[in-house]
Amino acid sequence: MPSLTLYDAVGEALGEEMRRNPGVLVFGEGVATKRHALVEEFGPLRVRNTPLSEGIIAGTAVGAAATGLRPVIDLLFAPFLCYAMDELVNSAGKLRYISGGQFAFPLVTLAMTGAGWGVGAQHNHNLEAWFVHSPGLKVVMPSNPADAKALLKTAIRDDNPVLFFLDIGLLYQPGEVPLGDQQLSLGLAAIAREGQDVTLVSYGKTVHHCLQAAHTLAEKGIAAEVIDLRSLKPLDEAAILASVTKTGRLIVVHEANRLCGVGAEIAALVAEYAFAALQAPIIRLGGPDAPVASSYPLEQAFVPQAETIAAAAQRLFSPHYA
Amino acid sequence: MATQPPQIDPRQLLEQMMLIRAYEEILIAGSVTGKIPGTCTSVGQEAAAVGVVNALTAADLILTNHRSAGHLLARGADPGRLLAEVMGRSDGYCKGKSGSLHISAKELGVVLTSTIVGAELSLAPGVALSQTMFGRPGIVVCFFGDGAACEGSFHESLNLAALWQLPILYVCENNQWQAFVHRREAMSREHVTDWAASYGIPARTVDGNDVVSVLAAAQAATAQVRESRRPCLLETWTYRSRGHFEPDDQSYVDSAEREAWLARDPIANCRDRLIADGRLDATEAAALVEKIASRIAVAQAFADASPFPAADELTRDVYA
Ligand SMILES: Cc1ncc(C[n+]2csc(CCOP(=O)(O)OP(=O)(O)O)c2C)c(N)n1
Ligand SMILES: [Mg+2]
Repeated sequence: MPSLTLYDAVGEALGEEMRRNPGVLVFGEGVATKRHALVEEFGPLRVRNTPLSEGIIAGTAVGAAATGLRPVIDLLFAPFLCYAMDELVNSAGKLRYISGGQFAFPLVTLAMTGAGWGVGAQHNHNLEAWFVHSPGLKVVMPSNPADAKALLKTAIRDDNPVLFFLDIGLLYQPGEVPLGDQQLSLGLAAIAREGQDVTLVSYGKTVHHCLQAAHTLAEKGIAAEVIDLRSLKPLDEAAILASVTKTGRLIVVHEANRLCGVGAEIAALVAEYAFAALQAPIIRLGGPDAPVASSYPLEQAFVPQAETIAAAAQRLFSPHYA
Repeated sequence: MATQPPQIDPRQLLEQMMLIRAYEEILIAGSVTGKIPGTCTSVGQEAAAVGVVNALTAADLILTNHRSAGHLLARGADPGRLLAEVMGRSDGYCKGKSGSLHISAKELGVVLTSTIVGAELSLAPGVALSQTMFGRPGIVVCFFGDGAACEGSFHESLNLAALWQLPILYVCENNQWQAFVHRREAMSREHVTDWAASYGIPARTVDGNDVVSVLAAAQAATAQVRESRRPCLLETWTYRSRGHFEPDDQSYVDSAEREAWLARDPIANCRDRLIADGRLDATEAAALVEKIASRIAVAQAFADASPFPAADELTRDVYA
């Protein structure tokens, strides 16, 4: 299997989908410069640089999607989505419903976020939960290049607007990516590691932190199961509930602020539908209610690390907790 | 008519430009070794920053963006504290929380720096409104790029400032590039001044690589804003000599255009002219280089010695 970075896996998915469907086009601030191979293959009409104008980039994508094209827009860093909120939330997310189902909005919005580059709070802000909260939008955040490629291909073929988040810390890490037309349904979690004692649910880079923690826990005799959500909406509720029913313990881990994060939804889901299976309280590990600092040690401290996850899991087995 | 602007010794302008260059060369070198996080440098644009900032009074307020080293240093920022900030250390202007991209320094009148392109433009009217409502004498200077002029906030800001008669000098540093896109690929007009004119805002383009011309144009523009208490716009026509963000191989850059601009380096130009005019001799020029090198060495030592922020800074300063 060839090894690709997540960044290049995204490029492959774009190329394959553009080859497959002439309605797919890509635009954004510098995409034509940075993904020049796509310009060479598909020409400047289908791969466009834009002015620095996130609002009109997103608005144009919404209008184009409603009328037959399948745009992919690159809005660079997640905080810049704020300039495009009206177009994504009020238009892409609602105009299908409030037109009585007359229109569909097949568009994908790419945005990077997360710790790793020390770029500070205006480039690094995991705000995926905002979009989960907004009706009509789907939300994806892969943890490895193979998933990124397959999920992006599915997202481009989906008839709904999809927010596709790329974790900065994973962007240039290579991983094996199968050749060919692999697709992956949105809303299908992966069991990244099997175990029967505690369930660790996560997405993005903290999946890897959970896997490290699971390794540490195994040495202490605790078998952790790690679930990689991959897509936040639709959410694979069945996979979460099945795992917690088996293990009786749940820790949800994400880099995004804990407050009203995706972890809160998952905790509530389990409390509602798997309460009887729980042998210990649910733990949520997430970023604090603070913007992310640029300074390296603070940036790292913002993110739940493997040691914190392992320590939390061990707490769940302490006699005070049960 | 207002009083004549104070005479400024052009050697002082040269020294400020050289300090900015030397400071940013440290950032560039550090980003290659990984010692210093990557930055957006203003190499090649020093005259645009120095010319405008030297036209200001201490009461004036500055808003700026991600490419701010020139504005800050020309305003008198301590290179040691700037470097500490870029390196994420606790003695930086923002306690290491900003890094290079959003350095504000209230004590210098550099307020509300944002790396969201166009945010400075959205904030400037409010800052000018405070100046007006409190009857403060200072005007507001808002630095932004040609790329920012493509954001809706540019157009909304100019319209409101014209409508509410706000004392803002908008300074567009038109460095031909908007990250990885040339301005020609992104703007319907050649100049940002074309757009300002449609809001009835007096606007002028000046050679941004000639510090003396920038200073004169900025003095005229600030005088007009001070007297009229209405906005003006100055476009400094310049060039981003290096990449968007260090490191950047600039493989996408038109080398002929770049070469032509590099031949018009603002620092070399200024120095050569001062020497030709007999206002600077070779010994003085060499002494200036030495002086700046030692200031930078002190700054580097200061930043290196500064500790990283304590762990409890993670959640401090979130709420007032
Ligand atoms: C809203 C927003 N979009 C995109 C970016 C990424 N970005 C940072 S600087 C930059 C280019 C800005 O161009 P310009 O305004 O001309 O300023 P310059 O960098 O040339 O000084 C871009 C695209 C950003 N920081 N904010
Ligand atoms: Mg520019």
